[in-house]
Amino acid sequence: MTLTNKLLLEAKGITKYFGTITALENVNLKVHEGECLGVVGDNGAGKSTLMKVLSGLYKPSAGALFFKGKEHVLDSPKDSQNLGLEMVYQDLALAGNLPIGENIFLGREPTKNIGFLKFLDFKKIQEMTSAHLEKLKINVKSADQKVEELSGGQRQAVAIARSTAFNAKVVIMDEPTAALAIKEVGKVLDLINKLKSTGVGVIVISHRMDDIFTVCDRVMALFQGTNFAESQLDKTSRDEVIGWIMGKK
Amino acid sequence: MKSLVGLWEKNKMDDKEKKQDSLYVKLIPYFEKYGILLLLVIMILVMHILQPDVFLSWRNVTNVFKQISWQSMLALGVFMVIVTAGIDLSVGSIMMLSLMILAIVAKAGAPWFIVVLVPLFAGFLCGLINGLGITLLRMPHPFIMTLGTLYIFRGTGNLISGGTPISGFTDEVRYLGHGRIDLTWLGLEKSQYLPVSLVLIAVVYFVFWVFLNHSRTGKWIYAIGGNPSAARASGINVNKILIIVYSLCGFLSGIGALILAGRTDSGYPNAGLQSELDAIAACIIGGASFFGGRGTVLGVFAGVMIMGILRNGLNLMDVSSFWQQVLIGSIIVLAVYVDVLRRDFGTRK
Repeated sequence: MTLTNKLLLEAKGITKYFGTITALENVNLKVHEGECLGVVGDNGAGKSTLMKVLSGLYKPSAGALFFKGKEHVLDSPKDSQNLGLEMVYQDLALAGNLPIGENIFLGREPTKNIGFLKFLDFKKIQEMTSAHLEKLKINVKSADQKVEELSGGQRQAVAIARSTAFNAKVVIMDEPTAALAIKEVGKVLDLINKLKSTGVGVIVISHRMDDIFTVCDRVMALFQGTNFAESQLDKTSRDEVIGWIMGKK
Repeated sequence: MKSLVGLWEKNKMDDKEKKQDSLYVKLIPYFEKYGILLLLVIMILVMHILQPDVFLSWRNVTNVFKQISWQSMLALGVFMVIVTAGIDLSVGSIMMLSLMILAIVAKAGAPWFIVVLVPLFAGFLCGLINGLGITLLRMPHPFIMTLGTLYIFRGTGNLISGGTPISGFTDEVRYLGHGRIDLTWLGLEKSQYLPVSLVLIAVVYFVFWVFLNHSRTGKWIYAIGGNPSAARASGINVNKILIIVYSLCGFLSGIGALILAGRTDSGYPNAGLQSELDAIAACIIGGASFFGGRGTVLGVFAGVMIMGILRNGLNLMDVSSFWQQVLIGSIIVLAVYVDVLRRDFGTRK
């Protein structure tokens, strides 16, 4: 990965207050096409707040977001989705009672119209789901399986599939391997590499140095709501990054 | 030590795989879907055996449907609310208030089509108030808002009517609750008619089945019950959907009021007293989960039927209504226990 790749998403001077608490102060972030940016930081460093700003759930108190060089104001998750910014939440944000396909297309279901009435197009959902899972090489018994019947790794895969079903440009993942069995971690990391190879920019928030050093190209550390350190991955080491998390340079 | 744990894990997984392949496990989804209908059929058979001359007679069967007609509307409304993991305790009061408004408008001499529309509108409005209260006032749980409106709506109904019954409606107003579809052209006797309320139940249940299973909004209602934060993160306007759900629940209670007006030919202060509990019971017996996201329209119908048949059958056998209460209560507890077992089994931990 080189910096000649096109800049996709840039956040400049993001600041977020919750009442008197400063969660983020003047934070900058960049991610390019086909690049994976690792974001590390201790609990309360502001990682999740930053991600929620990027996904349109929180409005920043100050600062601006640029997508492909153009400034955008995100008022809701719909706005960020429309730009191609997708979020994979730590709690996965899947409805366990619904089948895989309906989760992937939740909120954006294809419909067919009979007169003025719109009906869900289950056949299309099924076909699009199978094709999409196939593309990402995700194996499940059937797209009709309910999500609550899946393992943690499979659920994570569905969550990632969901985030990329609509031509995503940047996928933001919050602790994508935190809840997984060891053998499932590898599969999820493979999936991230597959996304990168298709030109998607990926932001991974993780505590796991293994994850960061397996899939990321660049790593940045937040400390107490500010940019603390940043480096190309090949120019740093695990020990250094762990030091950043604890606020030591 | 490590290898031992590994071995144990492996055994556990083997067991799981074996379990998944057994016939028993394959049958579970069908049992989940149609088990409640099986129970209904068994009940009908038992009642038939116990009361062979009366129970399945035309007169008694239509009677059961007439009796459950307005309850089935309340149950369907409450069901939608329960799917969102909410609850509506106010449906009985909404129905009573709508009925009282209907009665007053009818007594004031309004034309029948106005009298018929008024309870539907009133019910919808009451539901809208519930929905707005739950979302805009950010009540910690729908239980609280609808407990409040349970008192408010019934109180209002008594205030506007002076707490006294108002009787006497025209045939047009009574048609949905009291009308008969003549079947003599099929060669049947005059007494073998089809109650209009039965047709109404079928139509309303079909429309709501289509709505819940084949529309986006319906799918989102299930999604909100399954995981509200997932729904929100998917860009679904959860509050808007909840307001729609509570409004529709109120609207269905309004239909219930219209049916009841037809059946009883009067608006009376005790109308629908405690019927919210019957509605909730029917949903739970029909397999709707209090945790939200689970249950079918067919199941609710079966739940309503089971309660109706139980009451009817026990009445036929002259069993005291106290026993009816004990039996219905037991069925609720049993039905929910089955739900608990199913969750244990069906969900990966």
